[in-house]
Amino acid sequence: MTFHAKKLLTIVTEAVLEAPLVKVLQQLGAHGYTVSDARGGGSHGVQGGGWSFEGNIRVDVVCDTAVAEAIAAHCQQAYLPHYGLILYVSDVGVLRADKF
Amino acid sequence: MTLDPVVLFFLLGLFAALARSELKLPPALYETLSVFLLLAIGLKGGVALAKTGSPQVLLQVLLVILLGTLLTLLAFGILRWRLNRADAAATAAHYGSVSVVTFAVAASFLARQGIEAEPQLTLFLAVMEMPALVVGVLLARLGDGQQLRWGQLAHEVFLGKSMVLLLGGLVIGWLAGPTGIVSLSPLYVDLFKPVLSLFLLEMGLLTAAKLGGLRRQGGFVVLFGLLVPLGFACIGLGSAYAMGLSAAGGLLLATLCASSSYIAAPAAMRIAVPEANPALSLAASLGVTFPFNLLFGIPLYWMLTQWLYA
Repeated sequence: MTFHAKKLLTIVTEAVLEAPLVKVLQQLGAHGYTVSDARGGGSHGVQGGGWSFEGNIRVDVVCDTAVAEAIAAHCQQAYLPHYGLILYVSDVGVLRADKF
Repeated sequence: MTLDPVVLFFLLGLFAALARSELKLPPALYETLSVFLLLAIGLKGGVALAKTGSPQVLLQVLLVILLGTLLTLLAFGILRWRLNRADAAATAAHYGSVSVVTFAVAASFLARQGIEAEPQLTLFLAVMEMPALVVGVLLARLGDGQQLRWGQLAHEVFLGKSMVLLLGGLVIGWLAGPTGIVSLSPLYVDLFKPVLSLFLLEMGLLTAAKLGGLRRQGGFVVLFGLLVPLGFACIGLGSAYAMGLSAAGGLLLATLCASSSYIAAPAAMRIAVPEANPALSLAASLGVTFPFNLLFGIPLYWMLTQWLYA
C-alpha cells in the first residue's frame, strides 16, 4: 500500500479563536480540519478548560506544504502577538491524496 | 437575617476549591445550567411583562442603555489612573456590563421577603449587557488607528449566548402569557432556586481559582473591585428612584449597576481587544466584585434602598 506525503499542521490555542481561525483555514486552502477541546499547561499558565472561553482548542489540519506555510504565516502575524498559541508541523502519509 | 441558602452553596464551592478538594463539576453541566438560568429569567420577565407591561417601559429601556454607557465611561476614567488604555477599556467593559447570577441572587433575596419587582427589570438586565461592550471596544480603539471590525463586534454583542437566551425567553414568556406558561413552570419556575444553587457551587469553584491570580494584579485592582460596585450601586439606586421604580426595582437596578460581567465581557474583549490582559479584568470581576456583591453588597444595597425610599 502506498501513502502520499502530506503535512499535518497542529495548532493549540485559545478557544475564543475557534470561529475566526476556522474561517481563515478554509480561505487559505485547507480542505478539512479537526477541532478538539484541549487542556494543558505552559508559559501562559495552566489552561483548565473550566469555562467555554478560557479553555484551549487543538486544531489539526492535513494539507500541502504551501497551505501549511500560509496558515502558519497568518497565525504568526494575526494571533501570536496577543494570544497563547503554539503551532507545529509534522510529516504524515495519507491514503487518498485527492482528499487533502 | 440569615444568609440565603443559595449563597451558602457559593461558600461551599469557594471552600472546596481553597481546601484543594477533588470536587470539580463537568464543564458541560456549567453550560447547561447557564442556559437554563438565562431562559428561566427571560421567561419569568416575559410573562410578567405580558401582564403589566406599559409603553413607558421603552423610555426606561433607553435610559438604562444610557446608564450602562455612562458607567463604562466612568469606570474607564478611574482605571486610566493606573492602567494602560487597552486594560482600562477592557476592564471598564466588564464593569459597565452586568452579571446575570448576581441579579438572580438579588431577585431571590427579594423573593425571600415576599417582595416582587417590576417585570421590566429583566428587560433592563438583557439590554444592560451590551452597551458596555461596544463602548469598551471604542475606548480601546480610540486613536490607535486600528480598524474596527463592526460586523464582528455586532455579531458578538447582539447574538451572544446570553443575549439570545434572555431576549428569546422574554419573547416566549410574553407570547405565552401567564396561562400558556403553566405547563413549563414546573421546570423553569419551581426548579429555579435549586438550579441556581448548583450554579453558585460552580461559581464558588471558579472564584477560588481566580483568587490566586488576584495576588499578581495588586492592590489597585482589589480596591477598584470593592469600591466601584458601591459607587455604581448608588448611581443605579438614584436612577431607579428618579425613574419612579419601586424599592424592589431600585434594589435590582442598583445590583445591576454594581455587578460586573465575567462571561460575556471576557469573551467579547478577548476577541475585540486582544492586547488587553484578560487575567486582570477577570481577577477584579470574578475574584473581587462577584463575591463582594453576593455576600455583602446585596444586603447593603437593600439597606440603602430602604433608607432612600423611607
